[in-house]
Amino acid sequence: MSLSTILMTVFSTTLIYAAPLIFTALGGTFSERSGVVNVGLEGMMIVGAFSSTVFNLSFGNVFGAGTPWISLLIGGFFGLLFSLLHAVATVTYRADHIISGTVLNLMAPALCVFLTRIFYNGKGQTPVIDQSMGNFTFPGLANIPFIGKILFTRTSLIAYLAIFVGGASWFFLYRTNIGLRLRSVGENPAAADTLGINVAKYRYIGVLISGALGGVGGAVMAQSITLNFSASTISGQGFMSLAAMIFGKWNPMGATGAAIFFGLAQSLPIIGGYIPILSHVDSVWFQIAPYAITIIVLVIFLGKAVAPAADGRNYIKGK
Amino acid sequence: MENDIVQMKNITKIFGSYKANDNISLKLKKGEILALLGENGAGKSTLMGMLSGLLKPTSGEIIINGKPAKMENPREAKALGIGMVHQHFMLIPAFSVLENIILGDEPLKAGRIDYKKAAKDIEFLAGKYHLEIDLNAKVSDITVGMQQRVEIMKALYRKANVFIFDEPTAALTPQEISQLMKITHALSEEGKSIIFITHKLKEIKEVADRCVVIRMGKVIDSVRVAETKEAALAEMMVGHKVNFAIDKKEVNQEKDIFKIEKLSVEAHGQLKIKNLDLTVHSGEIVGVAGVDGNGQSELIEAVTGLRKCKTGTIMLNGKKIQHQSARKIAEAGISCIPEDRQNVGLILPLTISENLVLKSYYKKPISNKGFLNYKKINEDGRRMIKQFDIRSQSEKELVGDLSGGNQQKVVVAREISAQPDLLIAANPTRGVDIGAIEYIHEKIMEQRNAGHGVLLVSFELEEILKLSDRVVVMHEGQIVGEIDPRDTSSEELGMLMAGKQQAEEMGEIS
Repeated sequence: MSLSTILMTVFSTTLIYAAPLIFTALGGTFSERSGVVNVGLEGMMIVGAFSSTVFNLSFGNVFGAGTPWISLLIGGFFGLLFSLLHAVATVTYRADHIISGTVLNLMAPALCVFLTRIFYNGKGQTPVIDQSMGNFTFPGLANIPFIGKILFTRTSLIAYLAIFVGGASWFFLYRTNIGLRLRSVGENPAAADTLGINVAKYRYIGVLISGALGGVGGAVMAQSITLNFSASTISGQGFMSLAAMIFGKWNPMGATGAAIFFGLAQSLPIIGGYIPILSHVDSVWFQIAPYAITIIVLVIFLGKAVAPAADGRNYIKGK
Repeated sequence: MENDIVQMKNITKIFGSYKANDNISLKLKKGEILALLGENGAGKSTLMGMLSGLLKPTSGEIIINGKPAKMENPREAKALGIGMVHQHFMLIPAFSVLENIILGDEPLKAGRIDYKKAAKDIEFLAGKYHLEIDLNAKVSDITVGMQQRVEIMKALYRKANVFIFDEPTAALTPQEISQLMKITHALSEEGKSIIFITHKLKEIKEVADRCVVIRMGKVIDSVRVAETKEAALAEMMVGHKVNFAIDKKEVNQEKDIFKIEKLSVEAHGQLKIKNLDLTVHSGEIVGVAGVDGNGQSELIEAVTGLRKCKTGTIMLNGKKIQHQSARKIAEAGISCIPEDRQNVGLILPLTISENLVLKSYYKKPISNKGFLNYKKINEDGRRMIKQFDIRSQSEKELVGDLSGGNQQKVVVAREISAQPDLLIAANPTRGVDIGAIEYIHEKIMEQRNAGHGVLLVSFELEEILKLSDRVVVMHEGQIVGEIDPRDTSSEELGMLMAGKQQAEEMGEIS
């Protein structure tokens, strides 16, 4: 295999695996920037993966090749609905954020597998979707010598879209007034309150955006990687996204970059086989790698990176 | 009257069964500086909370610019021109000064924040009112004085006509205070009205036209400041005559009780104490003055065993005590009234008597083979409550339910009853009312008069100058000067604190 083919494989596999993580890590960033810790990302991804798969299986013959893209929106919508639970629990009823997030994580797989059994004749997993996200070659850009082949040939369009959403999220959080207010309630809700900013409203916005993006992340996973839904469709990607968000210092651009790094880690089991030096290593190590890297990154960066000052703290007026 | 910009009529505010404000009426004219004087808990903050829209009165009426105002939230109060400068600044440390000012009222251009226009508008206001601020700095990097100017600017930017300054001088150096006074006068000359909440009499004399005194939720009197003496104001505030003098006896001060030599201490990877020498003699109160954050906290932590010393020695009665546990150091004879009584000095969810035995619970007779003798604990508690005049319902009341002054008395009682050779007192009267201040000062003085050493770290210069036999000034982890409190004014001390070269300052003083 030529160098450019190997690089193309590495890049496109990395991006395919990075896309769900980018969306979800961005989701986490919105929630935590508004001051609500979101360990429930895993659960939101599961709901997104499940709902998008059901939609794809039901309407694949209606919408044809466009189905997976519409499925993403469906996944985002149900992710948003699901995250409403987290918002109500933490913002309105001031529950502990970690506990509420854990509840989502416990509830989502149980609920989705249960519904899968009801919808699909008692089976624990859905059939495989017909209309999946294939690879994409950018017209024009692919003809750029060398780079065109590596970056723009047979690659993941949704990953490029995810990176674009990363940039847009940065613009939203750091250049618009809504972004400034959303960050202010995550830093010092009491100060924001004295300026007439509705703390609860902006925290709801943060959590709901996070649910929508987490749902899209889960949907991308199902529409482009696993191609069906089962209990193991989302296996730790929500937590990897959380780690990517921390690694990226709660900044959308940082989270995007970190998610791509984790995508590389996740793609190791696949690309390991293609790379001559790595092909003799037992694949078990590649399977372990993404989880091990997640833990290592968390240990190294959690505590050092500066989280939003009021992240995880409920706001009680007048206190 | 037409030039009354604010009228509060018969305001009553009840929290549960507690009447925080009882039928209070108050008027503010255009351009007037009104001082609101009262002890902690007198109801000043509650009253101002209603004027700034944070609280709703139980009964009564607020009239602004001649129209009855129903303020449901702070935003509506702001729209009516009320600007509050909170005692604990309402700023976001991670944001820039500019972002903090415009937050909530951001000018927009094509969907994004128009930072250029905002900066231009603010610079215009800053020039007009002589408010020196650095718009691009992060709030976490600027001085307390500048943070306060940012707060004032926040109100100006929102076109406030009435400014409420809540205990504005509590955290400022004397220079910053005089700058604030200038700003206050500048605002008043431009026709802005100011309500200045304080319990410091000197400031009232300096800045205010009129003073309303509040005690226990009621207006005691409204007086013209120029015609009223400080002592009279104090009496109205407290309700009885206040003793400003303090009993300082001649004592033998020859013995070195406590000695620090060449001490260096690190915190957060920075050298916070640099090669510091300090001695406290028997029967002496050594005051440590300095702007917050110049190593005072680290010094106390190092001495009490909460923080490692990098180099140097700390000796009590000739014996080295550094590198020992906090308990060993306490047993060797050092007591400490810590800066942060709520988090370090006390355990709020425990009772008074439990808090009083925090340093002796493991020893006989309190502990008997690992079991606590509650009968003895509560007996001691009752005795100490009486002895130290802790106002409470019983020895079993939770410390968290006491007022600030009484909480501090619990700390003082525990630390002094350990009969220390050296007492460290860090801002012992911060946030404490006048009656308790008087009492705590007396107790500290008793330690000195009994021949023990006292190390008094305080940001209140008046307190330092009043109690100390000798004052050292700390700046950036070093002692940069030593002065005699008897012939130094707080202004001179303030200059030293700001880090001016001692040589030239001392030249001017002597």
